[in-house]
Amino acid sequence: MTTTPAPPAVLAAQAEEAAPDPVRPARSRRLKPWYRNGTLVVGLVIVGLLVAVAVFAPLLAPYDPVKQDLQNALQSPGAEHWLGTDKYGRDVLSRLIWGARVDLRIGFLAVLIPFVVGTVVGALAGYFGGWFDTVVMRVVDVFFAFPFYVLVIVLVFVLGAGESSIYLAIAAVSWVAYAKIMRGELLVAKKQDYVTAARLGGMSHGRILLKHIAPNVLSQALIYACSDIVMDILAIVTLGYLGLGIAPPTAEWGSMILDGQEFITTQWLQATIPGLAVVVTSLGLSLLGDGLSDQLSPERRK
Amino acid sequence: MSDTAVQLSGVTKTYGTGTSWLARLTRQRAATLTAVDGVDLELRRGEVLALVGESGSGKSTLAKILVGSTSPTTGTVEPTGRGKAAARRVQMVFQDPYSSLNPRLTVGAVLAELLRLHEIVPRAQVRAECERLVNLVGLEADVLDAYPSQFSGGQRQRLAIARALAVRPDVLVADEPVSALDVSVQATVLDLIARLRAELGLSVLFIAHNLAVVQHLADRVAVMYLGRIVEVAPTAELFSSPRHPYTRALIDSIPRMAAGSVNDEFELDGEPPSPYDVPAGCRFHPRCPLATDECRATDPPLLDVGTARQSACLHADQLATIPLPEPGPLEPQR
Amino acid sequence: MTSTQPAPFRVGIDETVPLLRVRDLSVGTSGATIVDGVSFDVAAGERTGIVGESGSGKSLTLRAIAGLLPRGVRVTGGAVEYGGTDLLTMPARRRRALMGPEIAMVFQEPMTALNPVMRVGDQIAEGPRRHLGLGKAEAADLAVQMMARTGIPDPARRARAYPHELSGGLRQRIMIAMAVSCGPRLLLCDEPTTALDVTVQLQVLKLLERLCEDTGTALVFVTHDLAVVNQTCSAVDVMYAGHVVESGPVAEVFTAPKHPYTRGLLESAPDFDRPDRELVPIPGFPPNVADRGPGCPFAPRCGYVVDTCRTQMPPLATVAPGRLAACFETDRLGEAL
Repeated sequence: MTTTPAPPAVLAAQAEEAAPDPVRPARSRRLKPWYRNGTLVVGLVIVGLLVAVAVFAPLLAPYDPVKQDLQNALQSPGAEHWLGTDKYGRDVLSRLIWGARVDLRIGFLAVLIPFVVGTVVGALAGYFGGWFDTVVMRVVDVFFAFPFYVLVIVLVFVLGAGESSIYLAIAAVSWVAYAKIMRGELLVAKKQDYVTAARLGGMSHGRILLKHIAPNVLSQALIYACSDIVMDILAIVTLGYLGLGIAPPTAEWGSMILDGQEFITTQWLQATIPGLAVVVTSLGLSLLGDGLSDQLSPERRK
Repeated sequence: MSDTAVQLSGVTKTYGTGTSWLARLTRQRAATLTAVDGVDLELRRGEVLALVGESGSGKSTLAKILVGSTSPTTGTVEPTGRGKAAARRVQMVFQDPYSSLNPRLTVGAVLAELLRLHEIVPRAQVRAECERLVNLVGLEADVLDAYPSQFSGGQRQRLAIARALAVRPDVLVADEPVSALDVSVQATVLDLIARLRAELGLSVLFIAHNLAVVQHLADRVAVMYLGRIVEVAPTAELFSSPRHPYTRALIDSIPRMAAGSVNDEFELDGEPPSPYDVPAGCRFHPRCPLATDECRATDPPLLDVGTARQSACLHADQLATIPLPEPGPLEPQR
Repeated sequence: MTSTQPAPFRVGIDETVPLLRVRDLSVGTSGATIVDGVSFDVAAGERTGIVGESGSGKSLTLRAIAGLLPRGVRVTGGAVEYGGTDLLTMPARRRRALMGPEIAMVFQEPMTALNPVMRVGDQIAEGPRRHLGLGKAEAADLAVQMMARTGIPDPARRARAYPHELSGGLRQRIMIAMAVSCGPRLLLCDEPTTALDVTVQLQVLKLLERLCEDTGTALVFVTHDLAVVNQTCSAVDVMYAGHVVESGPVAEVFTAPKHPYTRGLLESAPDFDRPDRELVPIPGFPPNVADRGPGCPFAPRCGYVVDTCRTQMPPLATVAPGRLAACFETDRLGEAL
């Protein structure tokens, strides 16, 4: 057996040939690919189906949703009308399908302005701090003192029922949540060393916010947006139920529930089915949001 | 071109903790935190100067001032400047390899952005320059398309160094760059810094708490305590004959690989004190085994005690006479 | 309790075997094995260091002994024998009764290990009240005594403080006081000084040494710092990628290592007493838990590697009196550095 060990430098060189400084494979071990994330997939499927139903409503609905047919009013579910008819003889199934169009469209659109405005305001407040941050946060606090639905309903009532009022009311109320979330994110992000390094690299605040910080924090706003859409759809349905929503005879789930209310003991499907549709939509969006959260920021999993 | 890369003169940094309006109304004195208290420091061209201290010493704050992240409350930093011009002069490497690289940007994107922003090379040569930079720190060109999460801690620190070098700075501030790394990997980064200093003529301010690392890498050492520099000396001299009791205590507290007894005379009592509560007189006197009445009354300035050596201790000469313990025999002989 | 001797037998201790025997301990999650067949002994009153870098599994080993594994991580094999009885097969209640009077643990970060809403004196007193059956006043006195023993100045006053009012070094002493309050026979320390300033670290290390010598308590000290082990412990186990790769008396292992990894560690760490020695880093990095293949986990980085190393796992075997190493090529490391 040899007794003299090779000098350290030689050993190191030998070892280095054996193990060059490798870079690890691209896919981090811990992150599953998105298609194996059960929650995300189920959420996507549900939401996808609903969107498809809404988009292809003219092709899918067997009847015209607003055409009245008083002779066939209040039919039970049968071969001709799978879910029966309402008190004006309109096919419930068709109204359900067309209603999806209305509710989903408004829900998705209503979230856009709060998302943009709230994210920008919150991010600037968190990043720059100072008096702007204080002012913004106090305003946010005031809004948070009121329940979301109460404010929205009051605002729509004041502005008058209708689609544009809904957008305005929701925008005015829900931007605060985004602001708060993004402010929190920015407070943490701006302390990260890579941001300090970017500043030391001579980069302007604008460049840092858009190019360096945004990719790291925007996902949180997106994830929240999913649950925000649920809130918005519920608000729209609630407004419809209260008679403050989309004017009749347009099919909309909330007004369908209102119409079906008086027949709850006889034709209970009319009021229940639209409610179930809301539940399924909410479920799909929630799962989508959860799945996105797991996918985009797995380190925050509790 | 002078010999000085950076000169700090009379730098002080105080933070006033916010007072409530009620306190202001009743005229209570705000609590002030004196992180740095009158520091003169010179970083010479091409040297590695180590800045050593424990928590509350102010070394991190001093580094931030030097780099321009924070402005001093009083005092000057020469040369001065902000924004892009300053970026070309001084760069920094951070302690935590896991938060110092943007997880959403590839290595190549980060480097290219810097090169383009400062117009270091013509557009057509940006990619080639990125490759050169990563090769300089001992990595292959294929790292340019990878994300930070694919690298180990040691590799990330090397990438951070590459990023710092992209703008071709004169001065590199390294804030505990190896503390978060495994021991077996630290040597890679340390040797890299030494090599870059030699090849590029970088001036390096190296902040550390591990004195063995400092001894290995630094040309000169500055010891900080509670916002002041208490001793500055060339490395070998500082460790063989320290002239400040705190330096002495630091040296004696290093755990050794050789069997050897630690001199109990210099075991310190108590904790590193809080910068909110700086003692009167010599700020070290509450913990100093050599403290006398004079120490409790006077705040000693940093004075020359030999060639290129300074100490802020009234008894600096006395320390020269107390020998350091000899390292014991390594059993068996190495 | 005023004596400095360990409390009389609370559990049947077999004095003919080492106080702690870890045999083929494996710890992991459902997907991966993090600690893989670890074995070592700790004699009564002995101070052992477990040295390793990130991914070595040293912290999990300690937690498995203490029964404090995080959620999702379980012991998947092996035995942990304390005084001859296997802790892992003991009924949970009996095992919990051991924690405090027999086995105690000191953690790395005192701020998270101490209850922020309880005064520190009460926290120290909690153990003796529960395990030793002391009354409230007696336990409070004991707590103050313990604080004094750990060198906390003005202990009676400090006992009424909350953790956030104390500095890091003091909090660590509180944690040590808590750990020794019931007079344990075995003290487990998970990097207790890593988060402390270097002058405070010296104080805490000396304190641990003194306490263990006074009471004859055995110490298992997990750290990445070889020099700390050198100063505090008499025996050392070196861990890499979930295995113990070398074991033996500290002085011998650090002057004449029998495993290439130990040698690599020694050569790559700056040594204060030998400033001119060139540092030789170990190339590459430790394997991910999922990437461990057959054969020696150190093979990809080893300068002494031969073909057998890549396919067969070297067993931890006696290579000299009192020295264990897990390497096929250990003879080539024979000469002192």
